[in-house]
Formats: sequence, C-alpha cells, structure tokens
Amino acid sequence: MFLQQLINGITLGAMYALIALGYTMVYGILGLINFAHGEIYMMGAYLGIIFFGLLTDMGIAQNNLLISIAISFIGAAFYCGTYGVTIERIGYRPLRHSPRLSPLISAIGMSIFLQNYVMLTQGSIDKVFPAAISASGINAFNASITIIQLVILFISVILMFSLHLFVKKTKIGKAMRAVAQDKKMASLLGIDIDRLIALTFIIGSVLAAAAGIMAAIYYGVVNFTIGYVAGIKAFTAAVLGGIGNIPGAMLGGFMLGFLETLCSAYISSAYKDLFTFLILILVLILRPSGLIGGTVSEKP
Amino acid sequence: MNNYKIDALTTAGIYIVLSLGLNIVVGLTGLLDLGYIAFYAVGAYTYALLSTKIGISFWLALPLGGILSALLGSLLGIITLRLRGDYLAIVTLGFIQIVHLVLNNWDSVTNGPNGILNIGRPRIWNLVFEKPVHFYYLILALVFITIFSVRRINNSRIGRAWIAIREDELAAESMGIDTTSLKVLAFALGAFLAGIAGVFFAGKFAFVSPESFTFFESVTVLSMVVLGGMGSIPGVILGALIITILPEMFRVLSSYRMLIFGAALVLMMIFRPEGLIKRHDLHPGENLNE
Repeated sequence: MFLQQLINGITLGAMYALIALGYTMVYGILGLINFAHGEIYMMGAYLGIIFFGLLTDMGIAQNNLLISIAISFIGAAFYCGTYGVTIERIGYRPLRHSPRLSPLISAIGMSIFLQNYVMLTQGSIDKVFPAAISASGINAFNASITIIQLVILFISVILMFSLHLFVKKTKIGKAMRAVAQDKKMASLLGIDIDRLIALTFIIGSVLAAAAGIMAAIYYGVVNFTIGYVAGIKAFTAAVLGGIGNIPGAMLGGFMLGFLETLCSAYISSAYKDLFTFLILILVLILRPSGLIGGTVSEKP
Repeated sequence: MNNYKIDALTTAGIYIVLSLGLNIVVGLTGLLDLGYIAFYAVGAYTYALLSTKIGISFWLALPLGGILSALLGSLLGIITLRLRGDYLAIVTLGFIQIVHLVLNNWDSVTNGPNGILNIGRPRIWNLVFEKPVHFYYLILALVFITIFSVRRINNSRIGRAWIAIREDELAAESMGIDTTSLKVLAFALGAFLAGIAGVFFAGKFAFVSPESFTFFESVTVLSMVVLGGMGSIPGVILGALIITILPEMFRVLSSYRMLIFGAALVLMMIFRPEGLIKRHDLHPGENLNE
C-alpha cells in the first residue's frame, strides 16, 4: 500500500516538478509569478489531444502509437513555446519597468484570458484522450507501476537532467544565470536580455507542455480548469524548493506530489488540496526562501 | 423601470460596495489581495447560518457579518504582514481556495455545494423586503453610506498613510507611520465592507452556495478597481458600473465576460495603468520606477 502510494506520488510529483521549473526560472530572472504558466500546461494537454486526434483520423496513430505520441509532443511543445514567448512579449515585456503590481495584474489577466479562450474554443466539457493506453505494468511487492508511469518518470528525469546540464554547462545557460543574478550588469557585458528572457519562457513552456501531454495520457481526460489548480500546486512546489532555484523546484515537485498522494490516501481526499494550500501559505510565511536556498529578503 | 433593470442595478450596487472595499486594500495600500471574495463569503454565510439556525434579524446580521469579516481580515493581515507584492497575492489566492474548499466540503454546517436555502428576508415592522425595488433602495443606502465613509477615510491621515505605504513602505516607516497596524486596518476595513455586501447578498437572494465565492469573482472585483482607477473613488464606482451593466446590455457578451476581463486587465496595465479616472492628487507608480 505505502509503496503503491510512493509510486503514484512520484509520478504526480514529476509532473508538478516539470511545471514548477517554468515558474522558478521566470521568477529567478524577472522576479514575476507567471500566473499564465498553469494555462500553458493546460494548453499543452489540449494540444496533445488535438494532435493525437489528428493522427488518429489520418490512420497513423493506430499502428504507430509511440511515434504518434512523440509527434503530438513535438507539436504541442512547439505551440506552447510560441504561446509562452507571445505572452511574455505582449503581457510582460512592456511592463518590465512598471511598479511591481502591474506585471502581476497583467499576469492574472493573461491567465484568465487564456483559460476562457480555451473554454470558448474547446467547450467546457471534459476532453478525452483519443486512445486507451494499456494499464499493464510491472507488479512487485504488492505494488504495481504501469508503463505510463514508467514513461512519465523516464521522460521527466531526462528533461530535468538536460535542463540542468543546459543551465550549468552551456554558454547560454551561463548567460541565463548571469541575468538572474544581475540584469543590468549582464546587459553591460553584452548579453541580449530580451532574447534570453524569451528563451526562458520558451524552455519553461516546453516543459509545461510535456507535463500537460503526459497528464492527458495519464488521466485520460482534460478540462480547461486543470491549469489553474496545477499552476498553484506547481508554484507551491517551486516555493517549497526555494523559488528561483532549479534543483529546488524539482525536489519541491516530487515532495509535493508525494505529500498530496499520502494525504489523499490516509487522511482525506476531499481535503487533499487544502494541504497543498496550507503548505503554500506556511512556507511563504515561515520560510519564504524555501527548504533549500539562502535567505532572500522579501523587501526590495 | 422594470424589475430586470432594477435587479441589474442592485447587483451593480453590491459590486460598488465590494470594489470600494477592495480599493482600500489594493488601490490605496498597494496590497494585492486575490482572496478578497472570501470575506464576502464570510458575510453571506454568517447571515445564512444565523438566519436559518437561530432566526437572527437581518439588521443585526448586517453589522455582525461585517465585524466577523473584519476580524478574519485582520487575522489575514497579521499573518501576511511580512509579505508584499507577489507573495501576498499567492498567499491570498491560497486563502480563497481554502475558504472555497471548506464551504464545499463541510457538509454538516455549510450544506456543501448545495448551499443554504430559505434565508430570512429583511423586514421593518410589517414590511417584508420582497420586491426588487426594496432591495434596490436598501443597497442604494448602503452604497451612499459606503461612499461617504470611504471618502472621509481617504482624505484623512489614515488614507494618506496608506498611500505613503503603497508608494514606499520603508520611507513611510521612517516618517513615523505605524505601517503594521495601518496595513492590518486596511485589510480589516476592506473585509468589513465585503462582509456587509455578503450579508446583503444572502438577504437579497435568500440562497448562498460556494459557487458565488470563487477566485474568479475576486478577479471580477479586481478588474473593476483596475479598470476604474486604483485609489480613485469615482473611478472604482465607474469601473463597477461598467463591468456589471455592460454584459447585461449586450447579452451576446455574457459568455465572453471573463475573456474580456482578462484581456482588459492586461491592456489596462499596459496602456492606462492609472485607470479610466485618474486620482487627481497622486500619480500611481511614478515614484516607484527605479
């Protein structure tokens, strides 16, 4: 029983971690909570279903399941990346030098807009993933891990590991860290800040799209509201690990997924979200720098 | 005027009270409270429960709901004292989620998603408030009292101190302003008005359910404040009127409501952050630019 909860929790946590990375990278560079990030995840799930549905209609998906999923993933990632930069370009860039409240209100507006845009174009009823993927898996020690869960874990770990390498080892990653530390100084040293911020939004959105399409396959249904709840939870994960901190977001995601699964299994499933929000509030008030991470002052 | 129009104006009145309350917190003090609707819920449920369980009168519940909301508001204010900007926004967002979850799941008290029915109507001696026009005059009175009191507070030392906190908290503190109690006071007063509006809401519709108290409702009220002009009383009233009356006038728009609000928030921030009616004696944000 416990082992089973652990497996479910880690799967959920992997998806939270992927979304949390987008929040944390944007916060690290812009100091802004990108409220619309959860909607990118939601659109990723929808786009995955749309692309997969197209491939099914063309008769491709029936015989080449894995290839079709890969194509849907690339399609969704491309679109979400584009959405991500567009949101930044329209909603946040003009407000980069405004008082702190302005970009925040703009981000909330952006999130509401996207949610309703999807509701109006896709309908408010649940959308079903057009293929039933077998729930078979490996059984051991009274617990089972399905193929989907394995694939989710595998892909998440690969994505997170590549992001880690990218940020730590490449020249662009170094530039990213420099901008997060000191925007003005970085630009004096010849780093194109605008392009770098755009790139951050693309990377975050692609990761969120990956989480979205995996969630669509894992749960089988999506709804236009999933981005809102997942967004708050992923943000909680980012805060838990220390906002702005990339490994922290991964850790926070897994921890939150695990905690949430345990809560719904052993305490109450109706109140499982309550625990998430309580964790969010407690961490923000008692330890705003997160579990790992130095002391960050709230006041500028 | 027909009843339909009177009802629309009554709803607009509720939103005017709500947005004037939020204006104290967001517009004057600069604290982005996304969980504001939680206090509206507290007011509405206070009256709903007290009326159905012990049959308390509406007129007693009106101040009581306001005071309970104010207490909860000061509590939230005290808890979040150290937070500003985005962290405060996200904590208050968590707060409205918690309140919504509790309303939905605490079946024995709140009757869950089904809500509470048959809430008592306000009455004065033999006159029971039933017709839309009764409630219209009641909210009109509440709106005028609210405008009068908010104006008085705005132009007092307290109002100026709030603005000082918004513009630069550190400087305000150095000038001897007690930022701690003033921030808590802003939360409490905002919550008080929301509580009053909530009691009225429960009395008017005789029915409350968690569906009326969501984050999106918070965003709607925030849109009114932002559209009209943060910190400006006539602006906020205009914002509330536009946002409640326009969708009624153009029925086609009603399903696009939230889409338009979302876009409006973004566009207002980019093109006219001071809102439709700019407060004449201050220029929001000018001093905040680095």
